[in-house]
Amino acid sequence: MSFDQLLALVLDPDLLERYGPRFIDGLLVTGKLVALSFTLGALLGMLLALARLSNNLMLQRLSAGYIYFFRGSPLLAQLFLLYYGLGSLKGFWQDVGLWWFFRDAWYCTVLAFTLNTAAYQAEIFRGSLLAVAPGQYEAAKALSLKRSTTFFKVILPQSLIVAIGPLGNELILMIKASAIASLVTIYDLMGVTKLAFSRSFDFQIYLWAAVLYLLIVEIVRRSLKHIEARLGRHLR
Amino acid sequence: MTASLSLATPTPAPQADPRKVVVTIEGLNKHYGAFHVLRDINLNVREGERIVLCGPSGSGKSTLIRCINRLEIAEQGNIRVNDTDLSLTTRQAAEVRSEIGMVFQHFNLFPHMSVLDNCTLAPMSVRGLSRKEAEERARFYLNKVGIESQAGKYPSQLSGGQQQRVAIARALCMKPKIMLFDEPTSALDPEMVAEVLDVLVKLADTGMTMLCVTHEMGFARQVAERVLFLDGGQIIEDASPEAFFNNPQSARAKGFLAQILH
Repeated sequence: MSFDQLLALVLDPDLLERYGPRFIDGLLVTGKLVALSFTLGALLGMLLALARLSNNLMLQRLSAGYIYFFRGSPLLAQLFLLYYGLGSLKGFWQDVGLWWFFRDAWYCTVLAFTLNTAAYQAEIFRGSLLAVAPGQYEAAKALSLKRSTTFFKVILPQSLIVAIGPLGNELILMIKASAIASLVTIYDLMGVTKLAFSRSFDFQIYLWAAVLYLLIVEIVRRSLKHIEARLGRHLR
Repeated sequence: MTASLSLATPTPAPQADPRKVVVTIEGLNKHYGAFHVLRDINLNVREGERIVLCGPSGSGKSTLIRCINRLEIAEQGNIRVNDTDLSLTTRQAAEVRSEIGMVFQHFNLFPHMSVLDNCTLAPMSVRGLSRKEAEERARFYLNKVGIESQAGKYPSQLSGGQQQRVAIARALCMKPKIMLFDEPTSALDPEMVAEVLDVLVKLADTGMTMLCVTHEMGFARQVAERVLFLDGGQIIEDASPEAFFNNPQSARAKGFLAQILH
């Protein structure tokens, strides 16, 4: 087999010319989807973690129930419930003026992903907050620091060092799970892959997709390493 | 002063001390579950007084000083600091607390901040000092505890003794009226105890009101005006160091001293 033949098998120039640009678009959609829902999920997840650790029994229970539901059911089912389930209540959403949101696959996907990852991140944050030594809270109290100062300046930076590893794990899982978005008409990386395959019937399209996912994950892995080193600079 | 003479003089009561009372504790009781840690504690602390608390482990000495800055909440009894009742609103209690510095057995420095940032955080965010003022003050106290040259380092880069001196400087940066020490040398390697005790002696010379839980009896002899001996959640003896060490009244104090002084 000559080199050109081998190349045509894994990276056919014709195929690349036809579908390459779409893949770039798909890559960007996947990146945007994951970045947006992961960030929103982090905010919600932190609030859920604080609710679970609060002294208020009501908040504790609500947060625990939320986490129980969203970790215990498949992301795919959650997405379908949102997009097809809630999306079928057209009249209701029109009445409350939210139809623009629930008729749109993109918004529904971002919401479903956010709600799902928030549950996982809440557990990560909860564990990492509990990992901060009680003496740190005592020292902050003894110095009369306000609760907000204590949280943002003393507790959070220390707990993030513990959280960053599992958070990275969750982010990588999210990137791969985001392929599910292609099932509700989103042309993310997996969406364009399916489209290209259904037209060309060339399996190498899936190879491209796999390599591109790998590429994103590798970028994420390297940035995480960098962040971890920065957060933990006092530990060296 | 003989007994008959003191009976003859009408006014000054034996404890007539011109100094202002800064901490008053009345009928303090506290439980941990079924364990009665503090039983009917009554205590007055006067301005500038240097008090050492000692006693066997579990006797409630740490809990007692932790009640003074509300790290522990008393179930029963009154604690007044500078005439503010600590059972009042949390806001007033927070104000009182900012007048009280505390040093812990395990230092409890903020590990992710430099020594300087450890010292400037509270003055800036609680007292509203500018960064420049706070750093000036921090360097002043770091210099006092002999550690100014390490201001840019992280706590983990310092020895235990150095970390504890930073913790003392950090508390002093709030310009507290009262300092509480909870076994400040117990977690240190033996060769580092002296450097921390030196700082405490110097601090005592400035007239700071100090309450110190410690097992360093040499330090108690040298620095304390009053030694409180606790056992089973009660103050068993309240005496000058000379009286306590040379002539302990209770059997429990005698037993404790026999064990600790070898």
